[in-house]
Amino acid sequence: MSAGIDLDDVCCDFGSFRAVDHVNVSIQPGEFFSFLGPSGCGKTTILRMISGFTEPSSGVVRIGGKDMRGQRPNQRPTALIFQNLALFPLMSVADNIAFGLEVRGVDRAKRRARADELLKLVDLPGAGDKMVSQLSGGQKQRVAIARALAVEPAVMLLDEPLSALDLKLRQHMRAELRAIQKRTGVTFIYITHDQGEALAMSDRVGVMSHGRLQQVAHPRDIYDNPANGFVASFVGENNILTGTVAERGQGMAAYDTALGRLRARMDAAAEGAVKLYVRPEHMRLSESAGAENSVPVTVGDIAFEGNFISVQARADNGMVLVAELRNDGTGAMPAVGARMHMSFDAARAAILPDETAAGA
Amino acid sequence: MQDLLRRYGTGLTGAFILLTAFWLLVLIVLPNLYLLENSFRPYLPRADMGGPLDTYSLNNYAKILTGDSPTEVFGFTVVLPVHVKSFVLTVGYSAFVTLISFALAYPLAYYLAKVVQPKSLPTLFLLLFVPLWVSEVLRSFAWFIILSLKGPLNFTLLGLGIIDEPIRWIAGYQSIVIGLVYTYVLFMLFPIYNAIQSLDTNQIEAAEDLGSPWWRTHWRVILPHAKPGIASGAVMVFMLSAGSLLVPVLLGSTDSNWFTQVIQQWMFEAQDWNTGSAYAFILLILCTVFVSLVMRVFRVKLSDIAK
Repeated sequence: MSAGIDLDDVCCDFGSFRAVDHVNVSIQPGEFFSFLGPSGCGKTTILRMISGFTEPSSGVVRIGGKDMRGQRPNQRPTALIFQNLALFPLMSVADNIAFGLEVRGVDRAKRRARADELLKLVDLPGAGDKMVSQLSGGQKQRVAIARALAVEPAVMLLDEPLSALDLKLRQHMRAELRAIQKRTGVTFIYITHDQGEALAMSDRVGVMSHGRLQQVAHPRDIYDNPANGFVASFVGENNILTGTVAERGQGMAAYDTALGRLRARMDAAAEGAVKLYVRPEHMRLSESAGAENSVPVTVGDIAFEGNFISVQARADNGMVLVAELRNDGTGAMPAVGARMHMSFDAARAAILPDETAAGA
Repeated sequence: MQDLLRRYGTGLTGAFILLTAFWLLVLIVLPNLYLLENSFRPYLPRADMGGPLDTYSLNNYAKILTGDSPTEVFGFTVVLPVHVKSFVLTVGYSAFVTLISFALAYPLAYYLAKVVQPKSLPTLFLLLFVPLWVSEVLRSFAWFIILSLKGPLNFTLLGLGIIDEPIRWIAGYQSIVIGLVYTYVLFMLFPIYNAIQSLDTNQIEAAEDLGSPWWRTHWRVILPHAKPGIASGAVMVFMLSAGSLLVPVLLGSTDSNWFTQVIQQWMFEAQDWNTGSAYAFILLILCTVFVSLVMRVFRVKLSDIAK
């Protein structure tokens, strides 16, 4: 039932603006795939090209191996959940859900039965006779999902459907969406600018910027092994250091910065302008200098975040480094103004092609 | 009111209210009350006015029921009073004008609201408005010329070989219908345009995405949303058509007699303002009843229209 999707060198131009730039990706049947990127990166255009509302300027979209060129949205085996849900306000909840079946000529009694069945699936039993305006935000969300599932799509496309919900509900719906996807086995393509959503729900994530796919990988790899500076800084926080590569070999490199020579991982293929990226949670703060990658600092601002403690420390040249220390519950906190050393493992830091170089 | 006072002070606010009151009372309410009062009194020579003959009655209203005129309707002969027949035809053809206006305005309104590039909208609206800059009299005369037996329409149709003989356009009620549709179609267009414009485009796309063909999207999503706009456009076109005098006078044929022409004949040819007023109120009241009935059938509320 579920189908894979191939984007084959797809471009989309709006006038002189290239919204999607040579995107190649192959999404497996039954996969939960997210496109993650800032607004204006072309992710919604990709969604609209898959659903058929926008035609690629060049390249081919294939669904289940079938070339979709010239296929209108109502001929494609996709169902789109809009950012604002686009439920029909003049129809009852059951009529909304059954609309796709009405279109397909299913008779009234069967439609109603199917709508009730789907309402149970999305945990809203008995809401069929309500009007859409009587539902809360989360309930509308579920109705939109049920309406899309009713047509038994091979692919579900979701355009930031959780962005209008409050935090608690959003986290709940995340789990819900994931569960519905597992239960139905339908391919989900999810568009979001929220890295937490993308990482928590997806089998694979495609990070986009300026119409280009920067990296396609498992959420873990996106976070731990970003392909370039854009991915590293868009997904999660980083201390970013500029400098020059001194020597390199065996996947590692020595990097001369204003804070001295630091060692970090560096891909053998990496070329051009590079920067060093190290995540705050990989920074250590200690009384004595570490063996390598150690910088003497003065502790500045300390923010207690609950599960972690964020420490901003100033190096001797004035540069600010951030460390996030796990709250181990002992109450130990560095003192403001203390002279300490900040260090990191070379294996936890990466020298990556520059963010601006990746974006261009 | 408080807001108005604070913003403009007592003097200006007072002037606004007085002017509005003057307009409503002196220019609308009083003349109508005068005609209403007159409609119950007999038409008398000046000397008898206020005399023993000048009593209130419904005689003027009852006049509409005199003067039988046999009419053929679907093969049956129906005997109707001549002015009742004129009234029925006026209402019927006004409804027909409303229908045609809707059929023309709905696709255009949809096109303007959802299809056309926003940057060409001002030009298109200008093109729609330009004819309104010419007076209704001139436009009706223009149609008289266009539709005449040896006029440009027949000339073109003959030239293109679509017809072999010129068509007598100005016959029966058809030229009136053409003229009224042309004159009032914009009153249908703009309310529908406003209604469709307020529809979230995502809803149209959602319907299409769920597999809906274009006609079903219109039937189930766009038309229901546009219903208040359609209703307000329809009420306006219907009332304006039924109340139009100019178009039926200029574009009417020898066989046509619009009800407003009957009123005009009573008032200006018979000089009988009393009966003319009675007929005018019959038109107003029965048209209002008709509109309310149609609104009930289509389940439109007055508050929907006011939006």
